[in-house]
Amino acid sequence: MKTSFPRSLQTVIIVLVAVGLVALALGGYFNPVTSWFTRLTIDAQTWISTRTLAVADFLTVPRDVASLRQRNAELEVEVAQLQTQVIDLQQKVTETNILSALVDFARANPEYSYKAAAVIGLDPSPFLRYVIINIGSNQGILPGMPVVTDKGLVGRVDAVIAEAARVQLMTDAASAVNVRLQSSDTEAMLVGSVTGDLSLDMISQDATVTVGDVVLTSGLGGSYPPNLLVGQVVSVRKLDYELFQQAAIQPSVDFNRLGFVLVITNFTPVDITPLIATPGP
Amino acid sequence: MRRGILVAIPVLGLAAMLQTSIVGRINLLNGAADLVLLILAAWGLQERVRNAWIWGAAAGLLVGFVSGIPWYVYLVGYLVVVGMARLLARRVWQAPLLAMFTVTLIGTLVLLMLTYLDRSLFEVSLAFNLSFVQIILPSILLNLLLAIPVHALIRDLANRLFPAEVVS
Repeated sequence: MKTSFPRSLQTVIIVLVAVGLVALALGGYFNPVTSWFTRLTIDAQTWISTRTLAVADFLTVPRDVASLRQRNAELEVEVAQLQTQVIDLQQKVTETNILSALVDFARANPEYSYKAAAVIGLDPSPFLRYVIINIGSNQGILPGMPVVTDKGLVGRVDAVIAEAARVQLMTDAASAVNVRLQSSDTEAMLVGSVTGDLSLDMISQDATVTVGDVVLTSGLGGSYPPNLLVGQVVSVRKLDYELFQQAAIQPSVDFNRLGFVLVITNFTPVDITPLIATPGP
Repeated sequence: MRRGILVAIPVLGLAAMLQTSIVGRINLLNGAADLVLLILAAWGLQERVRNAWIWGAAAGLLVGFVSGIPWYVYLVGYLVVVGMARLLARRVWQAPLLAMFTVTLIGTLVLLMLTYLDRSLFEVSLAFNLSFVQIILPSILLNLLLAIPVHALIRDLANRLFPAEVVS
């Protein structure tokens, strides 16, 4: 059967249907259909997108882990290097502070010439209180030269080789330093001991010694220059039946933390041994 | 024989450096361990070692050069340690640690007594009781504490240098 509608009528009907559909859509009658279609589209899009990302991850992540591990190792090495640098710099800061204090001391006492030295070792024998420093005769160091820090007297050079020297600390049992008490100007003898404690001996019974008195070198005997700080009196022992008073001294220098020292190079110790009277035959 | 003598130079040199820089700073009261003495004792106790006397003499001269104590004190002290070790190595060979402790105890005592006598006679009078309590006894204790690890290290060194002969 053949359709007998003319073409113009068909066009009119199509336009009317289209207008009707548009009118129904604008009126909201197609909302369930459009929302179902939209949801279907979004679901499909989501599914495709998720799978695409999963595949992309699968292909790219192993390479990232390897590169991350490598980067992590590089960073760990860098951190270790930086930590080493920090420790090194902290050490340098400490050394600089000590050296700065030594320079201040040298400036405050310009009458002497100094050579700075690092303490590089202790005497192997526990009976001796000696340290080894890293400068020797090549740097002009001679036996007998006094050794100080910014805190005060340390001792004197005992033996020298080309690039090192051995220093007898004033705490050594065989060490004896002529000193004076600053407040009373009393002379005394500072002696070390086997335990490293310092004590003052040969203090006249008439002298007034009080706790806290500052002890300085007197310069007598010619072994040490005068007026170098030695320490402070911490206790006094005065017994009527003894010839002399005694006092315990707290040294101004911490001998357990001796890192750098100054050797006074323009002081020549005087050997008075020939002048000491010996009993005749 | 020659290997043992060649090894003595770096081993004793390193031991002397460690002694002056580290071990000497580890104090118990006023005593300190003697690493060189322990190495000599352990070396002398090794059966196959033949040059322990040379080690003793070299160590004595080396430490005597570094120390303020006269060189002959360390030379005699260390040779006594080696002599004792060689003697005990033959007689108490089945109990090497017992021998090590014995050599350490007596060797430390002998060396420190020699040091004490030298200082007291030629330098300054030292109170014996104070010296014994503050220096000698703590030093012996520290040496005994270090004796086992040092013996183990030196035994390994000796076994590497003088491996046991395999009888086929």
